[in-house]
Amino acid sequence: MSDPRTQPADLTKWVVTLPPTAFLLVFFLTPALIVVAASFGEPGEFGGLAPWPAHSLDAYRFLFGDIIYLEIFARSFLVAVLTTLICIVLAYPLAWLIARSPARRRDLLVLLVMLPFASNFLVRIYAWIMLLGPANLLYTPFAVIAGMVYVHLPFMILPLYANLEKHDPALLEAAQDLGANAWTRFWRVTFPLSLPGVFAGSALVFIPVLGMFAVPELLGGTGDILIGNLIKEQFLENRDWPLGSALAIMLTGAVLGLAGCAAWAARKGLHGTEAIT
Amino acid sequence: MVLLELKNITRRFGDLVAVQDVTLSIESGEFFTLLGPSGCGKTTILRMVAGFDAPDEGDILLDGRSLAGVPPEKRPLHTVFQSYALFPHMTVAGNVAFPLEMAGCSRDETRRRVNETLALVHLTDKAGQFPHELSGGQKQRVALARGLVNQPRLLLLDESLGALDAKLREEMQIELIALQREVGITFIFVTHAQDEALALSHRIAVMRAGRIEQCDEPDKLYTSPANRFVADFVGKINLLEVEVTASSKVLLKLKAAGLGEIAATDPRPISVGERGAFALRPELIRVFDHRESADLKNRFEGRVKELLYLGDVTLYKVELANGFIIEALMPNAASGRAKFYEVGDPVAVCWRQDAGVYLRN
Repeated sequence: MSDPRTQPADLTKWVVTLPPTAFLLVFFLTPALIVVAASFGEPGEFGGLAPWPAHSLDAYRFLFGDIIYLEIFARSFLVAVLTTLICIVLAYPLAWLIARSPARRRDLLVLLVMLPFASNFLVRIYAWIMLLGPANLLYTPFAVIAGMVYVHLPFMILPLYANLEKHDPALLEAAQDLGANAWTRFWRVTFPLSLPGVFAGSALVFIPVLGMFAVPELLGGTGDILIGNLIKEQFLENRDWPLGSALAIMLTGAVLGLAGCAAWAARKGLHGTEAIT
Repeated sequence: MVLLELKNITRRFGDLVAVQDVTLSIESGEFFTLLGPSGCGKTTILRMVAGFDAPDEGDILLDGRSLAGVPPEKRPLHTVFQSYALFPHMTVAGNVAFPLEMAGCSRDETRRRVNETLALVHLTDKAGQFPHELSGGQKQRVALARGLVNQPRLLLLDESLGALDAKLREEMQIELIALQREVGITFIFVTHAQDEALALSHRIAVMRAGRIEQCDEPDKLYTSPANRFVADFVGKINLLEVEVTASSKVLLKLKAAGLGEIAATDPRPISVGERGAFALRPELIRVFDHRESADLKNRFEGRVKELLYLGDVTLYKVELANGFIIEALMPNAASGRAKFYEVGDPVAVCWRQDAGVYLRN
């Protein structure tokens, strides 16, 4: 407890971590709790929430009573999974190419990947409207996926690049020396070693896509509504805050559950390989 | 039987000639070493044999067949990399099984040979561990096992003991010799450490600036170096500038400026007036009291300038009359050893007529 060697370090740790901790408590945890509370509230007469004692489970009853919500959830997950997979397929060769280019050109290429962030997100989506409109692809599921992939691709490229850049080229030479052809070298060495990058990128793409409402709203048709749109509608148009909150909680719960499953599977997978070899 | 032949290999990188007209042939079952300072081209040769690089001129033959155009994965040889290059996501057993899987071995066969090879390098109990859990020496042994497991025709070792500390290195050297004898696979070893080369090899090629300076058995390399570079690079040596004053049959008389006449032997016909270097190993020089044996040949007086007590031996640096500092290594346990000399003591040094080697310029 009073070990003089650890005390200053402990103090520093507290001083450094206190502001961000306080920030997260006030601006993240509090609103999250308010959302949880709101989902058990009753809608106010003119939007918002009815005053305090009023509470009910109506929002959840409504949510589970209608198959349409399940459908939208399923569709949202499908869009997120598709977007993530397409992002992996598109980002992998790009990230690999950047990681393999000469050190001086690498910074420039990374800058180019991030360049779209320099202009406004909505402006870029409107550009897609102009692109897809004449091709008769606007307001289709294709347009939604294309927009989603476009917006989130850099979030897949950057962590993948950061991972691939660190790979030791001697490992590939060793694999080749021991008899592995290009295909085998990729699947046995490069890909397994890049999995942390793939997972990081997937998390950065999958979760925002699940909650995204602007892309489906601007590029999608009436049938392409996702949870994000649904939540936004409850708050801004239907003025049913309890239902919107309940939807938001279901979404968060689903994402957390999924992340938990992924972590569990990853750990089990690791033990699995240990058992084989 | 010749296993590997390099025929007039040249490799250029821009203006730099990394390997220049190298011709070598390596026998089956041989422990062959490429020795030289960094940048001498030894690693380039190794990479060309492995297939990661190709010669600009010349040809490499394995079992009489050219390796030109054969990619590394198709060559029946393996490399033990300097950094070991173990796959970090695979266990020790997984690493060692890799080349067998690539060769399409059955599961049972793979398991059997992995176990055999791990036993050979004393790592049976580490089979399930990952490379990051191993010590340097253990990683080294995994890399060796991985290279040996599917019995390649040839194993290339690139500075493979360089990353180990001195004691471990000696242990690994002994293990490596025993291992090579046991498996009978031809080894080509690349190193800049001359003591390691001498200890391990059947034959050594000493390289400098892309060329082979001398290719010989370790004792020949040590006792009859072909030139100053080899003499100086392999072991400790004294190099005296001399002029040939007389030459008859095997007897050679040399004159060192400010010192006098040195008697040596050399069977080659050497012309009088030629200049060169007289090379003499420190352990062949005797240091004794300056009042003794005044009538000996090759006896010169001087003063102890520095001495290093090394336990088993003492290294004396003796300044001779012409200012040349000659190094002599005296065993401390030698019988009849009268005393230790101190810095500043007047002493005499002496060596047998056949102790040194005359090197032509």
